[in-house]
Amino acid sequence: MLADKDRIFTNLYGHHDWRLEGARERGGWVGTKEFIDQGRDWITNEVKSSGLRGRGGAGFPTGLKWSFMPKQSDGRPHYLLVNADESEPGTCKDREILRHDPHHLIEGCLLACRAMDAHLAFIYVRGEFIRERQRLEEAVQEAYDAKLIGKDNVHGWDLDIIVHHGAGAYICGEETALMESLEGKKGQPRLKPPFPAGMGVYGNPTTVNNVESIAVVPEILRRSGAWFSSIGRPNNVGTKLFMVSGHVNRPATFEEALGESFKDIIEKHCGGIRGGWDNLLAVIPGGASCPVVRGEDMMDAVMDFDGMREKKSSFGTGGMIIMDKSTDIIKAIWRISAFFKHESCGQCTPCREGTGWMMRVMERMVEGRAQKREIDMLFEVTKQIEGHTICALGDAAAWPIQGLIRNFRPTIEARIEQYTYSSTSDGAVPSIAAE
Amino acid sequence: MAQLKVDGQLVEVPDHYTLMQAAEAAGAEIPRFCYHERLSVAGNCRMCLVEVKGGPPKPQASCAMSVKDLRPGPNGEPPEMFTNTPMVKKAREGVMEFLLINHPLDCPICDQGGECDLQDQAMAYGVSGSRFHENKRAVEDKYMGPLIKTAMNRCIHCTRCVRFTTEVAGISELGLLGRGEDAEITPYLERALTSELQGNVIDLCPVGALTSKPYAFNARPWELTKTESIDVMDAVGSAIRVDSRGREVMRVLPRVNEAINEEWISDKTRFIWDGLKSQRLDRPYVRKSGKLQPASWDEAFAAVAARIKKAGNKVGAIAGDLAAVEEMYALKGLLASLGSGMTDVRPAMSGIDPSMPRSAYLFNPTIAGIEQADAILIIGANPRKEAALINARIRKTWRATNLPIAVIGEQADLTYNYEHLGNGFDTLANLAAGNGAFAETLKNAQRPLIIVGEGAVSHASLGKQAGRDTIALAAKLATGANVAEGWNGFALLHNAASRVGGIDIGFVPHDGGVCSADQIGLAGKGELDVLFLLGADEYDTSAMGKAFVVYIGSHGDKGAHRADVILPGATYTEKSGTYVNTEGRVQVTARSVFPPGDAKEDWAIIRALSGVIGKPLPYNSLAQLRAALYAEFPHLARIDQIVPGSAADVAKLGKAAIKTKSAPYVSMVTDFYLSNPIARASATMAECAQMAAGLRQAAE
Repeated sequence: MLADKDRIFTNLYGHHDWRLEGARERGGWVGTKEFIDQGRDWITNEVKSSGLRGRGGAGFPTGLKWSFMPKQSDGRPHYLLVNADESEPGTCKDREILRHDPHHLIEGCLLACRAMDAHLAFIYVRGEFIRERQRLEEAVQEAYDAKLIGKDNVHGWDLDIIVHHGAGAYICGEETALMESLEGKKGQPRLKPPFPAGMGVYGNPTTVNNVESIAVVPEILRRSGAWFSSIGRPNNVGTKLFMVSGHVNRPATFEEALGESFKDIIEKHCGGIRGGWDNLLAVIPGGASCPVVRGEDMMDAVMDFDGMREKKSSFGTGGMIIMDKSTDIIKAIWRISAFFKHESCGQCTPCREGTGWMMRVMERMVEGRAQKREIDMLFEVTKQIEGHTICALGDAAAWPIQGLIRNFRPTIEARIEQYTYSSTSDGAVPSIAAE
Repeated sequence: MAQLKVDGQLVEVPDHYTLMQAAEAAGAEIPRFCYHERLSVAGNCRMCLVEVKGGPPKPQASCAMSVKDLRPGPNGEPPEMFTNTPMVKKAREGVMEFLLINHPLDCPICDQGGECDLQDQAMAYGVSGSRFHENKRAVEDKYMGPLIKTAMNRCIHCTRCVRFTTEVAGISELGLLGRGEDAEITPYLERALTSELQGNVIDLCPVGALTSKPYAFNARPWELTKTESIDVMDAVGSAIRVDSRGREVMRVLPRVNEAINEEWISDKTRFIWDGLKSQRLDRPYVRKSGKLQPASWDEAFAAVAARIKKAGNKVGAIAGDLAAVEEMYALKGLLASLGSGMTDVRPAMSGIDPSMPRSAYLFNPTIAGIEQADAILIIGANPRKEAALINARIRKTWRATNLPIAVIGEQADLTYNYEHLGNGFDTLANLAAGNGAFAETLKNAQRPLIIVGEGAVSHASLGKQAGRDTIALAAKLATGANVAEGWNGFALLHNAASRVGGIDIGFVPHDGGVCSADQIGLAGKGELDVLFLLGADEYDTSAMGKAFVVYIGSHGDKGAHRADVILPGATYTEKSGTYVNTEGRVQVTARSVFPPGDAKEDWAIIRALSGVIGKPLPYNSLAQLRAALYAEFPHLARIDQIVPGSAADVAKLGKAAIKTKSAPYVSMVTDFYLSNPIARASATMAECAQMAAGLRQAAE
């Protein structure tokens, strides 16, 4: 379990002052100039050696991502784009950073920009985050006023930060759709390649990072990459904000080391499962797009990237949705399907047409008004979407249903049987084939 | 060059190729819906997915991925792509299933049936059954004006129409609204589109969502006879395909001609066909006691012959905008046999002098050459209305190179940004004197393009001298010191298909002849006895006094109303006629249907008339006529080619003394949709014109 001294987000619950002064008291903005003076390669190498993996869901190594930026500018400016469009159901960590520790993020922006020779950082804040944006804007203004950022600041690395407010579409959290939206266009993902590091915002090299990935950078540099990589297990190192929602006794957002067991985390931070561990039905481990895992499989699970992969799911953002046995699991997954159907941008065929189809089949399965063979068909449809789309939303829409079918097929079949049994003599059960 | 293996076959392709192009180079066919070679890449239909080795492990959209994006193998083996693996087959079947689940099964009543990409590809790449048992999506149809019929249930959201209108046509009136399943292609405000090129979205639409409104439910593609021909609605000479059934032209479609129209055509070219059927002159008429009475060919010829015998050489001829070279050649021969040189194909008061060299009246840089220009000056023209495809070419160049463009004359929306320098001759004179920033731009340009419209050289309010001086100044600007070797930037933009051909064969005043305006003037004064109007309807018929007017043409328009004898002719779809476009390119139309009723091909009418008046022309067939024509004007024998004008001649023109002080420029095409007799007979064009007028009024 994570020791208090190793915590990065020391004001996660807003018990202390979030302003610049408070941030400084908690160790923020200390030694920043020295890090900057050591140059871009030092910062990138330190982040690389820390083993930090992106906190936005995909888990791509952050230092490696930074090193994709052109070493020599060809005349085009470089940009950092911070993705604060946190919209994944079950995920609520970035908002806590924006609310209570905004200076972590601002300092991180400065260091990250130094590491990629950028002088301009955009922070794209989700449309619904109004208070969070106001607070972030205030914090940015404080940093400007204190000459921590801006032209000719005390750190000797010019940096402007633009806080941009989105309009509240889930798809704008996808990095290329984020750039489109930032440029004032419709938030539809771009084709890759070209990748953002070559052609990003306004056609210039851009790195897109999650809020948390950037916000932990100052502490990593202050305490060294070796410290960060000593927490957790190899390839899954460091501390991470976890979010637990659903049927636990105390839902919470908290910072914990990676590589702890699921059971320990729930016991320590959330007071256990509602109704005891035997009452656990299923867990969605990393936000709505991750495949659901059966409760009994989670008992020995290790909460990190590799641990969740072993369970054929994904660690995602670390936003766990806990469901106890009172949950109608089919309906829960249907609701997620409905979400993805609603948030599909409509650009490419499989996702546009497939998400609605899946949702409608799910809708019938919630009632049991389906044929058992349709379960296989539904699984095949998810496979037809997965990997065939421009962005990852197609995958994200497919995985929850795949998880459901893999883990809860008997439940679906029982529901279908029950619907058939309760049919009346005047044919209350419409036959699908006859329609 | 990049090497890669397509289905195991090693090919070498240029670095900028996409995987789709590489596959095509290797002979592998890749299905696609959203991809179009002349539009930006959207990559959204996902039909062109292929498997790659040396790239991501997922199927990749071959239209969007470059061959350079693939990495060679660990030992330097070339990267591989596959178009026939189970992964690709499954991906195609999956996408096809998704496209079809919400696509209505209304092929039997869909106008796209038989030429539908979705239909064809569903046959080739789809599966036979459907597993979709939910309700299909319903989408409300949109109103896009009188030309495009919508059935939005059928839309597969490929966005080709959106990309075409924003990129090529330059209007932002179509878009994709909403998201996910609810995304819809829409003209936003349910208003008619305002582009002259909007009909092309009908061809672009891979399904039956956007179809031709006038053609709706008229015919099926497999029952049509296809004739490859040339358009005569403007001086561009777009390549077209005329689809006919029996004796009727059913529709007009574009053909690919990279040198002229790429694969677009203007709306006038496309939707004119109903005008070919109405207001037709299908029998000869002779005016008796003030009224036009139906007559036989013999009666009509006798009436004309009688007057000609009395007239001596006081006979004139004016050719209209749609006249082919053959009939002008025959008519010129007829007048010559009567001792008259009063022929003209130019608009009234044209500054184009018959003594000028050929390069003075050609679009010398050629239409494809526009793309090489590095600065454009447009003088007295509205290319969007006068030659919509040349305008599209300018826009294409502007989008690619953002070159400086300036306009002297009407300040219209040309779909690209330009600097408006002024309205008339004095602005041009000032520019030619080297004043202003744009003069500097032109001076430094290596490939300046000076487009001179008919509104600056041939307009009654200008006078001939102003037209001549405009040509001289434009020629001077086109031949600056920095102009690259071999570049001739002087470009005269004609409005009518007949013009260049007519001037080429000398259907202009000669042997003391007078120009069209003077012919009408003489007629008004009673000094011209017989006036031939060869489809000429754009002249002031009320001023022709007591002259005996013989109208040879196809439509009952202004000229026919004034005529004393009407000899019914054939339209461009009913004859094989030579036309020379504004570049000087010689092209020949093909007959797809026969003229209606008693109407004959125009050259044959003139030949027959020459026999009646006892001075038979020396040819009895079109082939003989052409032999004589080619012997006299060898360059007309070089079909589809341009005999270029000389750049030195243009330089010489530029040295002429300038006499004009000032004159305003006006665009000649006041109404794009009603610029010739066929268009004026078309109900579709009338509706468009009315709509455009309404929009203009609303804007004012």
